[in-house]
Amino acid sequence: MPSQTIQTSAVRGTPDPTSSSRAVPPARIDLGEIDDLRVLDENGEVNEALDPGLPDDELLRVYRAMVLTRKFDIRMLNMQRQGEMGTFAPGFGQEATQIGQVYPLAQRDWYSPSYRSFGAQIWRGWPMDQLFLLWDGFFEGFAPPPDVNDLPFSIVIGSHVPLAVGIAMGIRKKGVEDAVVVCNFGDGASSQGIVSESMNFAAVFKAPCVFVVENNGWAISTKLEQQSGVTELARRGPAFGVPSVRVDGNDILGMIAASTRAVEHARAGHGPYLIEAVTYRMGVHTTADDPKVYRSDDEVRAWEGKCPIRRMERHLTERGLLDAETIETIGTACEQEVLAARESFRKRAIARPEEIFDFVYEELPPELAAQRDEYLRRLGRA
Amino acid sequence: MAQMTMVEALNRALNESMTADDRVCVMGQDIAVNGGVFRVTKGLLDRFGADRVFDTPLAEDGIVGTAVGMAIYGLRPVAEIQFSGFTMQAFDQIEQNMARMRNRSRGKYPISMVMRTPYGGGIRAVEHHSESREAYWAHTPGLKVVIPSGPRNARALLNAAILDPDPVVFYEPKAVYRAFREDVPDEMETLPIGTARIAREGADLTLIAYGAVMRPTLEAAEDLADLHQVDVEVIDLLSIKPMDTETIVNSVTKTGRCVIVHEGPRTCGIAAEIIARLNEHAFEYLLAPIRRVTGFDTHFPYFQVERHYLPDSETIAEAVRETLAWE
Repeated sequence: MPSQTIQTSAVRGTPDPTSSSRAVPPARIDLGEIDDLRVLDENGEVNEALDPGLPDDELLRVYRAMVLTRKFDIRMLNMQRQGEMGTFAPGFGQEATQIGQVYPLAQRDWYSPSYRSFGAQIWRGWPMDQLFLLWDGFFEGFAPPPDVNDLPFSIVIGSHVPLAVGIAMGIRKKGVEDAVVVCNFGDGASSQGIVSESMNFAAVFKAPCVFVVENNGWAISTKLEQQSGVTELARRGPAFGVPSVRVDGNDILGMIAASTRAVEHARAGHGPYLIEAVTYRMGVHTTADDPKVYRSDDEVRAWEGKCPIRRMERHLTERGLLDAETIETIGTACEQEVLAARESFRKRAIARPEEIFDFVYEELPPELAAQRDEYLRRLGRA
Repeated sequence: MAQMTMVEALNRALNESMTADDRVCVMGQDIAVNGGVFRVTKGLLDRFGADRVFDTPLAEDGIVGTAVGMAIYGLRPVAEIQFSGFTMQAFDQIEQNMARMRNRSRGKYPISMVMRTPYGGGIRAVEHHSESREAYWAHTPGLKVVIPSGPRNARALLNAAILDPDPVVFYEPKAVYRAFREDVPDEMETLPIGTARIAREGADLTLIAYGAVMRPTLEAAEDLADLHQVDVEVIDLLSIKPMDTETIVNSVTKTGRCVIVHEGPRTCGIAAEIIARLNEHAFEYLLAPIRRVTGFDTHFPYFQVERHYLPDSETIAEAVRETLAWE
C-alpha cells in the first residue's frame, strides 16, 4: 500500500459568514507506507514470489481446518436455532483469518482469542465438545486444555489485549524461552483505549506479541467508516512503533505468510507486530442479531465470491491435490467429526451448581463458604 | 529491631519478598529510577535490576492489564498505581481480568498479584488524590482488600499479600506514610489476610476502624478512658475482604454497643457491611443502634476544608458517648 495523504473533512454545519475558517485550507496528513499482502487471489491464482511454500500435506491440513471450522460453525448455528445452544458469534467467511493467524505457533507459544476465534481455538487444540459446552453456558467450557497455552476469551471487547502483552512482557523479562503471543481482536476493539495502551506497552517493552486485528467491516451494526478515522487499521501500528502489514484475510496463504513473518520477527526479539486481516463477517454478529437492519444484501453478495474456502479449493484442485471426490470426502469427514463432538457434548452437558463457588478464590473465605453451604442446603446437596 | 516509618517498612517488605522469590517484580509509574513519588520503591532498581523493577507508560489500565498477563505467565507482579484516585482508569482491567481470570480459566490461571496504591486524605492534595474507594473493590468478587494502619502491620501484610494466591488490592494510608515510627522486627514477618487485630481491649463499646482513621480512633478511645472513665474496645480491621466477622461479632457480643469509623463515603460503605453482619450474627446482643462516623456522601473536598470531611477524634468520641447514653 503506497504512502497516502488524507484531507481533513470540512467543518460540518452552517458556515459562519463572519468566520475566516473557509479560507484556511485543510491540513494534510501523511499516513506513511503499509505493506499490502495477498498470495492467493480470488480466482485461486498464486503470486509465486510471496508464496510461503507449504508442502502438499500442510496445504491439505489448513484446507481441512477451514472446512472443519465452517462445519462446526454451521452445526452450532443449527443447534442454536433448535434451542440446543446459547447465543454465539458465528465466524462464517473468516476461516482463513482464523487458521492463518495461529498457523506458525508452536505449543510453547500463547494465543489470546476473541469470541469469534473458535476456528483458531480448534487448531490450537481446544476440543470441539468443550467449545459447545462453552457456548451453551457451562463453566468447564472455558477452562483452557491443560497442554494448551491459551487464554479463555474475554467478552468485554478489547479487554484481553493487555493480558497478551503482559504474557509477552513476562516472556521477555524472564528471558528463559523464545515463546511468542498472538492476540486477536476486531475492528470494533481497535477503538478501545486499552487496545492502544496495549500496543504502546508492547512497543516500549519490545514484547513478543503479534496483534491480529480481524477487520470484518462491521462491529454489530457499526461500519468501519463510523468506527475509525483511518480505515486501514494497519496504519495504526507505525504510530506506536509497531511494524504492520495489511493482508487479504480471505487468503489463507497470505495470512500464513503474514503471521509467519510477524511471529519470526517477535521470536527474534524485535518486539511486537500488527497484522490487519481484511475480511468480512458473512453472517450475523451473534445469533441475536439481524444484519438486514443495517446492511444490504448486495454488499454481502459481493463478498460471496471471495470465500476463503472456495478460493483454496480452486488452488488445490489446480495443483492436483483436490478433486470433486476428495472435497466431498473431506467435507463428510469433518461433518462426522463435528457430529461426534456434539454427541460428546450432549453427554457432558450436566450443570453442577456447586461450580459457582469453585474458582472465585483459591480457598473459600468464611463468608463465601457460608453462602455456599446455605445454598447447597437449600438444594439438598450438602 | 528498627524504628521505621510506614514508607520504610513497605520498602523493607518489597525487598524481602523480592529476595525470597525471583518471580516477584515491581512495576508502575515513576517507581524505578525515581523510587516512587512517595519513595516506597526506593533502591529496588539498583538491587534487583530493570527486568524486575520497571517504569511503565502512564496508563493505569495498561499497568493492571499487563500485570495480570504477567501473573498468567507465572510471575508475581506488584503493580503500583500512583494514587488510588487514578485506579478508576484501571477499573476495566481490575474488574474484567484481575478479579475474574482464576474463575474464567477454571483455576488454570490464578492471579497472584498485588495492586498497591496510596489512598485517603489529609495531605493537602489536589483533586483525585484523596479518595477512599475500598468499598468498590470489596464489592468485586475475586479480590481481596487489605489496609494496614501502621509500619509494622503494613510490612507484614504486604509480604502476606505478595505471597497470597489471589489478587490483592493493597491500600496504603498515605497520611500515615511518614506520620510516626514503630519498631519493626528484623526477621521476615507476615500477618494472615482476613484477620483483624484488637488494638485496644475494653468492655463498654466496640470501636471499629482501619487505615488512616485508626489514629483518631485510638486517640478518642484514650481520651474517653482518661476523661470519662469509658472503657472502649478498638478493632483494627486490617483486612476489608475477607472480613474477620468472628472477631467483630465476639467483641460486640461482649460490649453490646458499636461505632464504626471510616474515611470513605457513608452510603454502601464498609460500615454498612459490618452493620449487616452484626445484624445477622449479634442482633440479640445489641443494646443500642450502631453508629457510623464516616466521610460524607460528597466528593472529597478541596484541601482547605478537608479536615471537616475527615473523621476526627472529637467526632468519634461524641458518637461513642451518644451510643453509650442510648437506652
